[in-house]
Amino acid sequence: MQIRPILAALRRHKAGTILIALQIALTLAIVCNALFIVHERVERVRRTTGMNEANVIAVQNLYVGSPGTYLPLMKTDLQALRSMPGVEDAYVTNSFPLRRGGWSTTAQRNADDGKNGVQSALYFGDEHALATLGVKLIAGRNFTPGEITSFTRDQQPAPPQVIVTKAFADKMFPDGNALGKTVYYIKGRPSTIIGIVEKLTVPWIDTDFIDNVTIMPLLFDSSYQHFVLRTKPGQQDAVFKSVASTLYGVNRMRVLPEKNGVRTFGMVRSAAYEADRGMAVLMSIVCGVLLAITAAGIVGLSSFWVGQRRKQIGVRRALGARKSDILGYFMTENFLIALAGVVVGVILALGMNQWMLTQFEMQRLSFTYVLVGVVVLLGLGQAAVFAPALRASRVSPVEATRSV
Amino acid sequence: MFSYYLQLGLRSLRRNPMLTALMVMAIGFGVAASMTTYSVFRATSRDPIPQKSDVLYNVQLDNWGPENTKEGEPPPALSYKDATALLRAHKAKRQTVTYPIGVSVIPEDPSRLPVRQGAYATGADFFPMFDVPFLQGRAWSLDDDEKHADVAVISKSLNDKLFNGGQSVGKQINLDGHLFRITGVIEDWAPQPLFFDVPNTSGFDEGASVYVPFNRAVDLRLPNNGNNNCVKDPGEGWDNYLRSECIWLSLWTELPSKSEAQSYREYLSGYAAEMQRSGRFSWAPNVRLRNVMDWLSVQKVVPRESQVSLLVSLGFLVICLVNTIGLLLAKFMRRAPEIGVRRALGASRLDIYAQFLIEAGTIGIAGGVLGLLLTGLGVLGVGLVFPEDIARLATLDPTLMLLTLVVAITASVVAAFYPTWRAAQVQPAWQLKSN
Repeated sequence: MQIRPILAALRRHKAGTILIALQIALTLAIVCNALFIVHERVERVRRTTGMNEANVIAVQNLYVGSPGTYLPLMKTDLQALRSMPGVEDAYVTNSFPLRRGGWSTTAQRNADDGKNGVQSALYFGDEHALATLGVKLIAGRNFTPGEITSFTRDQQPAPPQVIVTKAFADKMFPDGNALGKTVYYIKGRPSTIIGIVEKLTVPWIDTDFIDNVTIMPLLFDSSYQHFVLRTKPGQQDAVFKSVASTLYGVNRMRVLPEKNGVRTFGMVRSAAYEADRGMAVLMSIVCGVLLAITAAGIVGLSSFWVGQRRKQIGVRRALGARKSDILGYFMTENFLIALAGVVVGVILALGMNQWMLTQFEMQRLSFTYVLVGVVVLLGLGQAAVFAPALRASRVSPVEATRSV
Repeated sequence: MFSYYLQLGLRSLRRNPMLTALMVMAIGFGVAASMTTYSVFRATSRDPIPQKSDVLYNVQLDNWGPENTKEGEPPPALSYKDATALLRAHKAKRQTVTYPIGVSVIPEDPSRLPVRQGAYATGADFFPMFDVPFLQGRAWSLDDDEKHADVAVISKSLNDKLFNGGQSVGKQINLDGHLFRITGVIEDWAPQPLFFDVPNTSGFDEGASVYVPFNRAVDLRLPNNGNNNCVKDPGEGWDNYLRSECIWLSLWTELPSKSEAQSYREYLSGYAAEMQRSGRFSWAPNVRLRNVMDWLSVQKVVPRESQVSLLVSLGFLVICLVNTIGLLLAKFMRRAPEIGVRRALGASRLDIYAQFLIEAGTIGIAGGVLGLLLTGLGVLGVGLVFPEDIARLATLDPTLMLLTLVVAITASVVAAFYPTWRAAQVQPAWQLKSN
């Protein structure tokens, strides 16, 4: 295939050539970045919590009035929930993964060390917590009923025993053997690590300590509580429908908010990642439409070119060029233009990513995405030009002899 | 002439329906994507209180020191110690401190279930400062603030729920077992962004339905329902909490003139310098006094998603324009013989410009109408992409509709400039000769 005559011909169609190349370049820049955003968001949405998320229901509960202590209310409620048909286990807590609200604190290795702590989310719960969440204990033991104590809003959470995640244990004690070691969540109040769970994530989705969690054998004596329930398989719907009336049956002086009062864990998860999912959907739509429009634009311009050059094609055919030569000519021409486009496009894509990096704290564009984008656009160009090129190849040599 | 060119344009567009459809769709999609994301951006970046946004100032004061702050920016809220000291000084025309509380309203009718309501503890100045619209009664007085009175202002929807929308001023409302006398009913007021409580809401929230005096709320130890940030352990108990350097209060001031704002700023620096002298702060005064729009911009209220999607869709529009330029070029140049004939028969270049720009304008109108339909769909579908708090703010109002059409027509006419210029360059002699 002769490239030189193609280049010579392109020089006579500067405007059209530049427009197609420019369109391919811009499309590549935007599609690369948009797909990368999709990738980033999908990665986030697919993160696991360390829980067995099936058959879990979360209930947000507010006790009304000021009874002095809420502990008896909490205990009666727990009893009622645990004896509900279909409920396997339940516990009461301040927060759980993906709730997007909760407590965190900096834990220290030494009693006096004020710096270099490790940030950890705090979950309160009793000996039913691990089973209800469905997390895996990989070392040590669970809490015993005797270890469960309580604290009020005026006190600090610092129980003698804690269970922590492996990620937290490894950061706190890089040499390993965290089990049995002492950690300080509050100055001067030591807590011993009695168990380590494989994985459990914090309530928030945007932190840099997503796997650092401490479970404390505590009941938080306060009006605001979350009940977490694990239902028997297949019973989730039934429990979901009846849990509110069960709780109101025990005691009416409470509020289960209309919105988000009772949620399955699926609902919790989808609410937490709503913005991420939305962004991924939007960017996918933009990419799809963009590629379609670019393809349509190439088809339109190529058809125009073919129409414009019918006479020349006829002459070439009359002089002995085969159909495949004509087809090849247009395919190659498009390939050359697209190549120029993607070269500019790669630079634009990287530049755009660099700028978004500083503005929106995005990650650096991975090169795979650029490569995929390049291949997709070159392929798209070839596919789009195929029909017009085929039509060109069918131009009869007779056309050369026609004067108009 | 205009109507003649319009007819010519329409006829030409009908001749290649595929090409025309392609251009109309490119313009339509490009404009719709931009306008839909713009509707969200506009909603999140708007001025929530345009008539007063330049006289309302948020107060910040660095009580944490350079070690605990990022890039010299003081914490986004105040400690109890500082907020109350600044309040007592009365250096502004109006001033109010707020913090969110969560309360449960216990209905008088024992057969009805208690309801949870969003609430704020604040001062009497809150209502006139922020132009809160009253339906019944009025705000409580500064005197009520001083006396730590059990008074409350409630919203219309709560009044509807509790008192069936009737007259409720003077009646009692039971909040978690404490009785408060209602002094006024306001409309369901929640300016978006919720500028006076950005740190706790990120700017978008349904707002509150109960307001009670700050002093009384502190007496009752109504816990803070928002963020509470401490750099040091405050110690146990409410009184230690009030004495601590934990930040949880927003202080807003109304300063009607630039000079008053300047003197307040000086006062604030003086206060911080005083704290430095007394040994409480070991750093130089670091204070901020920002009006509403500055505050919203520093707090980055416009979500990242909204900015990124607006940028990407503007890029999308640019690509659609490049696409349209190419297609128009193809379309116009194909008619070179026709242009040659017209020019030979006496049409000036200006006539050619007029003819082709009008043709492009008709594509713009068609693209605009399609864009309008798609924007309508897009705004309806915003809820699928953005969180509900933000999605509900995006609306297709007459301004946006007009903007959609204007952008579509402008875009297509701009795209037509180059192809039209090329068309006008056609040499009549050449065209007549070659054919």
